[in-house]
Amino acid sequence: MSTTIEQPRQFCTLGGQQSVLAIERAIPIVHGGPGCSAKLFGGMAFFNGFQGSGYAGGNAIVGTNSCEQDIVFGGEDRLRQVIDGALKVMDGDLFVVLTGCTADLVGDDTATVVNEYRERGIPIVHASTGGFKGYNYLGHELVVRAIIDQYLEPAPEKIPPLVNVWSVLPYQDTFWAGNLRAIRQLIEGLGLQANILFGHDSGGVAAWKKVPAAAFNLVLSPWSGVAIAQRLEERFGTPYLHHPILPIGAVETTRFLRAVGEFAHLPQATVDRYVEKQEAHFYHYLDRAADFFMEMCWDLPARFINISDSFYSLGISRFLVNELGLLPGHQFVTDAPPEEYRPILSQQFASLAPKVSAEVTFSHDGGEIARIIKSGTYSDPPLIIGTSWDRDLAKQIGGYHLSIALPITDRLVLDRSYVGYEGGLRLIEDIYGAVLARYF
Amino acid sequence: MTLINLKNSNIQAREHRLGSIVSYEGSASDLAQKSRTGSLQDRPRSFTQVSSCSSSCAICLLSLIQDAAVVNHAPLGCAADFSMFNLTNRFGQVKRGLTSANAHLVSSNLTESDAVFGGSAKLEQALRDAHARFNPKALFVTASCASAITGEDIDAVADRLETELGIPIAVVHCEGFRSKVWTTGFDVAYHAILRKIVKPPRTKHPELVNVITFWGEDVFTELFGKLGLIPNLIVPFSNIEQLSHLSESAATVQMCSTLGTYLAAGLESLYGVPEVKAPPPYGMAGADAWLRALGRTVGKETEVEALIVSEREAIAPALAELRKELKGLTGYVAAGSVHGHSTAAILAELGMKVVGSCFWHHDPKFDNQDAAADSLQHLVENYGDIPVSICNKQTYEVVNQLRRLKPDVFIVRHPGMAVWGGKLGIPTFLVEDEHFGLGYRGLLRYGRKIADAVNNPAFFQHLAQHTRVPYTDWWLRQGSFTFLGAEE
Repeated sequence: MSTTIEQPRQFCTLGGQQSVLAIERAIPIVHGGPGCSAKLFGGMAFFNGFQGSGYAGGNAIVGTNSCEQDIVFGGEDRLRQVIDGALKVMDGDLFVVLTGCTADLVGDDTATVVNEYRERGIPIVHASTGGFKGYNYLGHELVVRAIIDQYLEPAPEKIPPLVNVWSVLPYQDTFWAGNLRAIRQLIEGLGLQANILFGHDSGGVAAWKKVPAAAFNLVLSPWSGVAIAQRLEERFGTPYLHHPILPIGAVETTRFLRAVGEFAHLPQATVDRYVEKQEAHFYHYLDRAADFFMEMCWDLPARFINISDSFYSLGISRFLVNELGLLPGHQFVTDAPPEEYRPILSQQFASLAPKVSAEVTFSHDGGEIARIIKSGTYSDPPLIIGTSWDRDLAKQIGGYHLSIALPITDRLVLDRSYVGYEGGLRLIEDIYGAVLARYF
Repeated sequence: MTLINLKNSNIQAREHRLGSIVSYEGSASDLAQKSRTGSLQDRPRSFTQVSSCSSSCAICLLSLIQDAAVVNHAPLGCAADFSMFNLTNRFGQVKRGLTSANAHLVSSNLTESDAVFGGSAKLEQALRDAHARFNPKALFVTASCASAITGEDIDAVADRLETELGIPIAVVHCEGFRSKVWTTGFDVAYHAILRKIVKPPRTKHPELVNVITFWGEDVFTELFGKLGLIPNLIVPFSNIEQLSHLSESAATVQMCSTLGTYLAAGLESLYGVPEVKAPPPYGMAGADAWLRALGRTVGKETEVEALIVSEREAIAPALAELRKELKGLTGYVAAGSVHGHSTAAILAELGMKVVGSCFWHHDPKFDNQDAAADSLQHLVENYGDIPVSICNKQTYEVVNQLRRLKPDVFIVRHPGMAVWGGKLGIPTFLVEDEHFGLGYRGLLRYGRKIADAVNNPAFFQHLAQHTRVPYTDWWLRQGSFTFLGAEE
């Protein structure tokens, strides 16, 4: 397999800066070269659904802009200068220092510098995120881990209904804001209290300080975030529930809610009541769409191909197979899951439904993905659910196309969600909107 | 002139070559005067927000060459601007009447083990993949901080593969930490083109004029047509064959010496293609001077004079109306050096007052070493003095100034800056097309745009009411340049 990456769909560990920005009133300080942060803001936020600067993002991000001198003589004093300034200029509640390749390769002792400030009672942590260390799924975990280890204190007592949510990645998932809100609504629908930690109205540092007090951690993700929950269990003794399927539509969302209800020892009736109401809403509209599905089915996509991270590729596959009765083509997982998760993921794709399985390729190289897709034969137009990179490919094979993953530059995304009962309806609307758009 | 050394794949960064600075507070006249006397000193800020790097500028220009491909030899984060340039490519293709398609970009994806054991094998693989996938006419390798610090011999790999693959492979030394002036990235990209793509002239085309641009609309075909000239728009949306003939043109013009200084001077120095040395063609004084310099260079003085008269006449009534409408309005300009001077000239030409400006960096001279191209001095002489800061994109300084100055309009050219004016309730827009305000007719378009922005500020008012800027009250009360250090 080639090591080359064409059409990147994830970036480097320093992309964790966007996770910092997703925490209300948190301020990232990038100790790296002059261009890293702007590139990552562009790739993860602006040219990904046109997510904007927000409170302290984009050009407002604090950075050392390391130059030749900092490479030759070390950049620790320069970092101190910039932190000093940031504490005066930036109005924030938590400062997170992230290192780029330069600082990590020349061996700046960032930990010591940041510790000096923390010992003075300043809310500041650091994460070693030099870009060569990995992708931003890891970067996100490194940022969260830094806050857990360097900022959080054990809670005197647990808050019984409180659940910390570790799920889709801020900014990387173009629909993260809407998705996290939808997850919160689902959990709160069961009478629990969701601590979603990222995004508008998530509570900022006050919410983070409650993390150790949660009754349990919910990892709603195929693999990313499991390490966070493990660390929280280690440090605060909090148990965790790992639910690997991002729930989209009624079947999966009900399954998810029942899993949460069981883990939280909620009365069966509580879960039933909420699930029934949500399902009724969902199936009312599915019923309304039935005429369309059946009468226009001459043009419904014959096979769907996901090109997205494991959250979406698996979640959308389960939804389209088990809810809409569609059939999968080849599936692509683009977030480079750690080796130990790959057999599990492959198995999940292989057993989507009793008689339905899909072949899966783990690749984030657009060139390789395109080669495999082009080598397939399609009796009817397939549907590619991927990124804006894949539009040309969809055209070349005569297929339909919907952008739902990074990078999205053919849609403006605000608070739309593809999670839950409502999210399933939105996905149906968007898929068939893309199909019909071909004729207009 | 010893400017261009084609033997070396690297060149000096702007701060070393041109004495460029990224920090300054004062006036246009003072900055122009210090630039001429060579007494300009940087005043490094102790506190900074993130800037940009050479790599983005280089990748941008090179990935817009339609039949080339770019290999970014770096960790994957350095490829985070690929989707931006892909969108730039697709927008531009539509604008220039080409079929929109993805840009030809790959990353070698350096990881931790490559940092230890070296990433040459990955570079080689990436070059082979790019060659097989895009069938390009040339390959450009853009270096990174990581590839430089680990000390790889990228040039050796490129040279070896060049022989084997049979197409030019040019190394572009755009490592982010190498220069504090991100436009150095343009220079190294042009250096790669001059080294590996441009060929000595086989013939001469007296009607052909190289026009160094970004992605703006082609306003030149019509304008130059009136002079019997044909514009050759480069580098974006050109192709390798077209670039190989740059030495055969009658002249090179630029919209913005910040962008084109190295290429224009390089073509003159290496192949005798005269660079039209003039202020940029924005504002009537600029347009007059630019056209006259072009006319002198290609022997079209009479045609140019006639063109100036007819263009001025064509816009006169509408311009008078616009000036009446815009009279007394104040503006603040935030843009890349020379294009900032141009924008300030446009505002002044329209009868507005420029109450402040920030330019990302400042080049006290250009590679042509010619004072005739001094756009700042031209601004001062023709439109008067204005307050100037050199801000390296520091939004904390800009927000501080904007709150104090309260301009009627904030005009930006660079991503990521406009929103900070908008959040303060100031009617703000970004002009992504660098030719939008060009020449005489551009003045009308630009003026109309300003009037429209000012006439319905509803969006900006709501934005200001419902957002906060991320700065402490302490900072907003300080002088804008509190963190500028002593001259070094």
